Amino acid sequence: MKITLDADKCCAAGQCVLVAPEVFDQRDEDGVVVLLDAEPAADQHAAVREAAAICPAAVIEVHE
Amino acid sequence: MTDITDTIDTARPPAPAPLPVQPPSGCPFDPPPLSNLLERGDPHDEFGALRAEEPISKISLPDGSWAWLATRYADIRAILGDTRFSSDTTLHGYPLSGMTGGASTENRGFIRRDPPEHTRLRRMVTREFMVKRVEALRPEIQRITDELCDAMERAEGRTADLVEALALPVPSLVISLLLGVPYDDHEIFQRLTGTLLSRTVTDAEREAARIELRDYLDQLVTAKEADPGDDILGRLIIEQRQTGEITHDEVAAFAALLLIAGHETTANMIGLSALTLMRDRATAEQLRRDPALIRGAVEELLRFHSIIRNGPRRVATVDVEIDGHLIRAGEGVVAAVPSGNRDESVFADADRLDIRRPNAQHHVAFGYGIHQCLGQALARVELQVVIATLLRRFPAMRPAVPVEEIPFRTDMAIHGCHALPVTW
Ligand code: HEM
Ligand code: SF4
Repeated sequence: MKITLDADKCCAAGQCVLVAPEVFDQRDEDGVVVLLDAEPAADQHAAVREAAAICPAAVIEVHE
Repeated sequence: MTDITDTIDTARPPAPAPLPVQPPSGCPFDPPPLSNLLERGDPHDEFGALRAEEPISKISLPDGSWAWLATRYADIRAILGDTRFSSDTTLHGYPLSGMTGGASTENRGFIRRDPPEHTRLRRMVTREFMVKRVEALRPEIQRITDELCDAMERAEGRTADLVEALALPVPSLVISLLLGVPYDDHEIFQRLTGTLLSRTVTDAEREAARIELRDYLDQLVTAKEADPGDDILGRLIIEQRQTGEITHDEVAAFAALLLIAGHETTANMIGLSALTLMRDRATAEQLRRDPALIRGAVEELLRFHSIIRNGPRRVATVDVEIDGHLIRAGEGVVAAVPSGNRDESVFADADRLDIRRPNAQHHVAFGYGIHQCLGQALARVELQVVIATLLRRFPAMRPAVPVEEIPFRTDMAIHGCHALPVTW
């Protein structure tokens, strides 16, 4: 799995951080998403797909 | 500065109208054990029929105009996620009627603006509400909740109105803290916000409170311009006001938006959640036994109650096709969040409260798209703390009156109860 972000669109409400805190974080200055791990291990895949599904701004793209 | 009622559809009840999304029957619980309440009509039946037969339908608004009503989950996400639908309440065709205090002013909050202005303003405060910042507040929110619970325990007769004793003060005290309202002013702040949301005051009293609060926030911003503190308003003044990015009035507009958008919403979710768990003893017991379930339970309660009853709303800026329907430029749309959150194609057995529902967090109770609730992480933590604390400290709490005597907010845009008499 490989994750890419379109962070310009991020509205920084942090849904991704709630479901996959090991993969996503928010940057201190404005809460915009940052990727902690662009190619997460298998145990994170379900959480990452969930994050992509609930992200309100279609920021997270998952390539499998 | 902004009109305080001019921020989110919270402050004033909508005019009475035959809008299917308008306030529901008295009881928010269904399927119903309470047939007498349901005789007044169950909005969820009506929504279910619309989802099946006419997912994009036309509704009339109180002023005689009309708007599209979207009832399916997928259509609601499509509309709220598409910036061709505008949040600008000053645009011709925006379906304001029945939503709030009326027309928009120059300094309306960013909830009523579109990109790029919306993005610019929202990003000035997003850092304040990000998950880790809010998590760091958890002990403080716990302390506020515990103090209010202590006061309840000390009160005579083991009874209280849970709305007044807990649901309203928690979000008011939390936002006072974040905005940097001085401790000595908390009482004024609580009195004014309480009056704004009270149904027992006259219109004149409410108007007076609105003006007093507007003037209060204006003075607060002035005081902070002289001496900015380590809080949201202080940081806005140092980083954005002093650099000329925003004006004095815009700082005050931020304060008003953050206050209004977070107070009545969170308070009503606290009241409804507490009532739900007092009535559903088995679920309450599960939560007491396994406190880790609280996160999922809060998502499910948000989905189940969907307190924003007649919105969010948008106006199309160009012709857009949604689910085979052409919505023309200038036409208004009401996204029926309570209906989307009961859409069986997404939430199996949607009318049932299931705190272990695996996809509860897919709800649209906080909206969807770029305007999705800025304060959602905060609202979640407040709800988690308050509900868990109530369950732990007041295991025997129950309604002090029969449920049909609880005054539900059938008259308000945000669902909940006006008062919740409890005993323990
Ligand atoms: C359970 C409690 C809450 C619910 C159900 C709720 C619901 C919503 C919804 C549905 C929207 C989207 C409006 C739209 O799309 O037009 C929204 C936006 C907003 N909410 Fe909340 N909210 C809650 C708590 C809070 C809290 C605690 C705060 C902050 C202190 C807050 C601040 C905001 C702000 C500033 C916006 C505007 C965001 C924007 O336009 O970009 N809300 N809320
Ligand atoms: S869920 Fe989407 S919009 Fe929200 S912080 Fe994560 S990437 Fe940004």
